[in-house]
Amino acid sequence: MTIDWRELVRASLPALALTALLVAIFWLQPRAMSYQGLNLLLNLSIPIVFATLAQMFVLTVGDLDLGIGGFVTFVACVTVTWLADAPLIGVLILVAAIAGYAAVGALIELRNLPAIVVTLGMSFVWFGLAVIVLPSPGGRTPEWLIAAVRLRPPGIPLAILAAIVIGLLGHLLLMRTSMGVVLRGAGGNPRAITRAGWSMLRIRMTLYALAGLMGVLAGLTLAGITTSADANLALRYTLLSIAGAILGGSQFTGGRVSPIGAVLGALVMTLAASFLAFLRLNPDWQIGVQGAILILVLALRALLDRVAGER
Amino acid sequence: MSAFVELAGLEKRYEAVRALDGVDLRVAAGEVLGLVGHNGAGKSTLINVLAGTVVPDAGRIEVAGEDLARGYDVTTATDRGIRCVFQELSLCPNLTVAENTRIVHRQIKGRGWQARARALIIGTLDAIFPGHGIRPDRRIGDLSIGRRQMVEIARAFTETETPVRLVILDEPTSSLDSTAAEQLLAYVRRRQADGVATILISHLLGEILGAADRVVVMRDGKVVADRAAAGLSRDDLVGLMGHVADQPGEGQGRRRLDAEPVLDGPGPGGRHRLELRRGEVVGLAGLAGHGQTAALLDVYDRPRDFAAVGKLAFVAGDRQSDGVFPLWSIKDNIAVRSFSALRRNGLLDEAAVTGLALDWQKRIGIRTPDVRNPILSLSGGNQQKVLFARALASDAAIILMDDPMRGVDVGTKSEVYALIRQEATAGRSFLWYTTELDELVHCDRVYVFREGEIVAHLAHDEITERAVLQASFRSDAEAVA
Repeated sequence: MTIDWRELVRASLPALALTALLVAIFWLQPRAMSYQGLNLLLNLSIPIVFATLAQMFVLTVGDLDLGIGGFVTFVACVTVTWLADAPLIGVLILVAAIAGYAAVGALIELRNLPAIVVTLGMSFVWFGLAVIVLPSPGGRTPEWLIAAVRLRPPGIPLAILAAIVIGLLGHLLLMRTSMGVVLRGAGGNPRAITRAGWSMLRIRMTLYALAGLMGVLAGLTLAGITTSADANLALRYTLLSIAGAILGGSQFTGGRVSPIGAVLGALVMTLAASFLAFLRLNPDWQIGVQGAILILVLALRALLDRVAGER
Repeated sequence: MSAFVELAGLEKRYEAVRALDGVDLRVAAGEVLGLVGHNGAGKSTLINVLAGTVVPDAGRIEVAGEDLARGYDVTTATDRGIRCVFQELSLCPNLTVAENTRIVHRQIKGRGWQARARALIIGTLDAIFPGHGIRPDRRIGDLSIGRRQMVEIARAFTETETPVRLVILDEPTSSLDSTAAEQLLAYVRRRQADGVATILISHLLGEILGAADRVVVMRDGKVVADRAAAGLSRDDLVGLMGHVADQPGEGQGRRRLDAEPVLDGPGPGGRHRLELRRGEVVGLAGLAGHGQTAALLDVYDRPRDFAAVGKLAFVAGDRQSDGVFPLWSIKDNIAVRSFSALRRNGLLDEAAVTGLALDWQKRIGIRTPDVRNPILSLSGGNQQKVLFARALASDAAIILMDDPMRGVDVGTKSEVYALIRQEATAGRSFLWYTTELDELVHCDRVYVFREGEIVAHLAHDEITERAVLQASFRSDAEAVA
């Protein structure tokens, strides 16, 4: 049996990027190479990992979710208000929000609408709802949630443990189960899936509901970390999640996705910000440099594809 | 022999076209049925109905003695053991061979499903194509087209709970090499003993005659012949596919061989040159998808290679995907090819655009109260007229047409035929890919395509349905002069 080298290198690209970043950070700041250091470094990564997985579920069927940032903000705002004051109603709101995500998927499928437009519209809806729920910054995250994200498991920082668990669960669900195969197939050749007797409506709703669930988890953990919220909390999550998923090897079309890659991509996006801070780079430049790193990795991947194509 | 599938009085209309016009078909268990016909005969609609992917307007569908016409769909069909290998493949390129097998089997799930899917597809591949060399964990997108086709065929024969009873193979050998094609036909014959029936569609008539017990010939949405394969010859089939009264085209009989050439280059395949003279209407014929569109695009993209004299315009056949600008008005859709000529001081001259549109609305008879209406307010036939107007209103001397009359009503067709004649007389030249045999009578000469090559050149008095069909369908003993 021969090994497909191109596939191997391609799959390990996000891991290589993460390793390179970590090495650079440790070199700049050796004290980061400790339990406490890693904990601080990766503190913010858990909600980003969830948001990136949400984006990846939507990418699976060839759509793009521009509403995830607004959605995560909305969830965080509900968490610091309703979930803290009236837990039952808070849970109901969050469940309804996931159902809302599935409904958006149904709308896109039934009316054959461009997902990018519908989710862009939804992002305003979510931000609007967030402002209604929490008109001014504040609120208080429930104590149990704050305690949960501050857990200090022995030996391995929570963020790393969470990343591993989330990545493996996502991989099992989407890449290994017989159900996941149908979900991915829908992104590869929807017509073939329909011809085999599957319902594209149910597939899209399932994927959007999964995205909604990930969005809720992102909002909860984000609120847990920040302990309060405001209506601009997760503005950048939309682009961060897209960048993380694509960096992790997912593609915009064709149902090529990778949950483990998405988790790694999210970690890279988180660490890139810290790395630039360690470089004492003017914060005004940080986003630009973050973009440059993204372009660099994508260019590497394109180069790999071209080299392989000429073989 | 009792019938496994019995279809009666099937009807299906698409806009102006009667795709199925009262079709009856019986397939017995263990029978190999050859299905032949030219473009638009209704073959693909028929097999889509049987596979459950197209719902007929009327008719009866009986499978194994059970009346199923109401609510017949893909699941009903697969639950009764009916499988279909479509001509354009139905595999997901991002999934592996084993995963694609899982897609069609709901029963493959739960613990260890991957091992079962792998074993199932590899076992079937081994049975049909020994020595195939396909690994079950390869992604479909990384396989060659021939291997993809092998996977798709083998997948149709895989069995979980329901045994396979009928497999429909639409041009199954188009991407297979001759060894694999023989392996497939041998397998089909072996499975006959188990009672597995096959419907075989192929443009290789030798393949049909060699493998089938019975041959059904379709034309214009009807079954026109249903014969035992024994004793039939290739010529018989070609004769049955055409119309009864077959005479040379009754165009104006003009010869333009003395006019100067406006296109001249090596034709695809290299056997014939592709030539077009001033004022000529030249048809590109043959079965759909045998390289005609590619040849037109070749000319359009690289006019220098064909020594093109004058500018070119393209009339798209697939209106939705590469014809109309769906959000634009009728007038803008007409004028878009001429925008650069309609400028004044660097800006678009709206009055000139409207003038051009009104002029062509009159000349080509686009039925609309106002050319500023959106293009989608028009019927399909009138949208097609807009695409013609776009090409004819331009400064192009050579008009390339990509089967533009697909699904257009008879009235529109005759109006456009007259216009093409008139424009040709005025000195324009037309290269016209058509899937409809009837349209070839409007051509001065015809090139017949098969498998991406020009295989025959018919001069005006040689254009007959029979000649076109002869060249379109290959017998295994190749003998086209």
